[in-house]
Amino acid sequence: MIKLFSLKQQKKDEEGTARAGGSQKKATAAQLRITKDLNELNLPKTCSTEFPDQDDLLNFKLIICPDEGFYRGGRFVFSFKVGPNYPHEPPKVKCETAVYHPNIDLEGNVCLNILREDWKPVLTVNSIVYGLQYLFLEPNPEDPLNKEAADELQSNRRLFEQHVQRAMRGGYVGSSYFERCLK
Amino acid sequence: MSSGEVQTAEYLQRRWLNIRKLLERSGPFCHPDFEPSAEILDFTMNSCKILIVGAGGLGCELLKDLALMGFKKIHIIDMDTIELSNLNRQFLFRKNDIGLSKAKCAVEFVNKRVPGCEATAHHCAIQDMDDGFYRQFHIVVCGLDSIVARRWLNGMLASLLQYNDDGSLDQSSVIPLVDGGTEGFKGNARVILPGMSACIECTLDLYPPQITFPLCTIANTPRLPEHCIEYVKVLQWSKENPWGNTIPLDGDDPHHVAWVLEKAQERAMKHGISGVTYRLTQGVLKNIIPAVASTNAVIAAACATEVFKLASSCCVNMNNYMVLNIADGVYTYTFSAERRADCVACSNSTKVMALESDATLQTIYTKLCEDQLFMMKSPGITTIINGRNKTLYMSSIKSIEERTRDNLKKKITDLGLYNGAEILVADVTTPNTITIKLNVIENLDVDMPS
Repeated sequence: MIKLFSLKQQKKDEEGTARAGGSQKKATAAQLRITKDLNELNLPKTCSTEFPDQDDLLNFKLIICPDEGFYRGGRFVFSFKVGPNYPHEPPKVKCETAVYHPNIDLEGNVCLNILREDWKPVLTVNSIVYGLQYLFLEPNPEDPLNKEAADELQSNRRLFEQHVQRAMRGGYVGSSYFERCLK
Repeated sequence: MSSGEVQTAEYLQRRWLNIRKLLERSGPFCHPDFEPSAEILDFTMNSCKILIVGAGGLGCELLKDLALMGFKKIHIIDMDTIELSNLNRQFLFRKNDIGLSKAKCAVEFVNKRVPGCEATAHHCAIQDMDDGFYRQFHIVVCGLDSIVARRWLNGMLASLLQYNDDGSLDQSSVIPLVDGGTEGFKGNARVILPGMSACIECTLDLYPPQITFPLCTIANTPRLPEHCIEYVKVLQWSKENPWGNTIPLDGDDPHHVAWVLEKAQERAMKHGISGVTYRLTQGVLKNIIPAVASTNAVIAAACATEVFKLASSCCVNMNNYMVLNIADGVYTYTFSAERRADCVACSNSTKVMALESDATLQTIYTKLCEDQLFMMKSPGITTIINGRNKTLYMSSIKSIEERTRDNLKKKITDLGLYNGAEILVADVTTPNTITIKLNVIENLDVDMPS
């Protein structure tokens, strides 16, 4: 233990006002951490990022163009919003491209465990990128968000594949319309 | 005793008799270096400046405790106003105070009630105050309900630390942080000496994650009433936008809560779930955990005691993290949380880089890669100019690299950097983003205006 007050008993009051203002603002812990995450971002060749404002590292887009699986040839855009409580809380991720997928609903909500209940501060933006890429390679009908698509994937794989293709080319699957998202 | 009454010397003798026994005598439980003296009471009463952060459940208790211990120079900061539901435990407020500033009402009450107390209120967010404000305090004690606010405050106090040239901490720049927190029947109190003992950021993983349900459960297989409310909150609101596209769900707006309740009940009915009530809806929307007055009292008392120990050095502080659980009997345990050598907030990672005034960003980049002190692989460089983040150069992100490449050729002064400015550098070779202070040496060959 240190005796704090023998050290600074005297000088406190003079200092308080004299040095107020004028100094450079400090970066927040969330800002420091996201800078580190992004500087070490190691994207698979199917992914790229877009920053609308290069000075704002907290809001950006991730573009995934799968080169195999059901979604080969498509181009899917995800928006990332990193909040002030990062990495205690995960970034908010939404899919901006309409996609016929068991784990992504038509509003763009994504069912990926590490985006919600299994998020941990040791995970990084890179972990999420790999998680999202995996969703396109291995759609998981066990955890459906688009139940129709999930049921179809389980009962009739061929039909599911056709519907995914139709959605990516642009058109209706059931009553939902999908914009074309082929590269 | 009314404040107008003449306070005789005899009264003053009596009023602080018990505290003086602690401060003017030695004893077996004292800190080994403690030197009893009459000056300590004078210091705690007349010089020691304390900031209480939060004027809610813990804040009211803290203000009352500290004022009664004799501290006079107390500041309290809170951005909130008083609500009806606060009154059962935030005992400095009355029904007439609803809608008024918590900090102001608390201060008014205590200054009137405790003779000699000169508490000051700040009705604003902690982020509205700058480093000059925080630097004036000897001790900061907080009773907050938000992790973001704790982290911000912790970062602020860590940023006030100063280091000697040999890298050792200048102890006079340390402002101790005493942090209390409660949740229902559980609570914790801890003492943080920024730069010396574990800080909020060192132990961030001790905070339990917010309860979240898997999205697919909410969407397809709800089993609990909470699932139904979460469904409306997470999925249905943004789909239907009942108040228009731009209005986000507000848990404090009774119309919003009523709408969520109605939709959640419809969903519960469909899935044969019971128990969706107004109270639960409000609870889920706002993450409410019922506050217990006695938990607040115990935690605030522990915090106030630690503040007194810090201010007087009469006794060794707790080391350094106390947990309390009074849900089932009374359980408490104190352990020593350890620092993280690579903590983003409190590890001394500020380095200094000497540059000539005509240096370019390329000069900095090359130094980062080649200088013995750094030896980095692919540094990403950012800074803060006029309170805004600015990315100077980052090679790992293609689009950013293209847009910041031209910065490399620019002089540092043209980029808004100056002597004493700090840049933030991230690289694989360091566990965290590090801060580098620029030491710009005037170039002697060039005639520079001073």
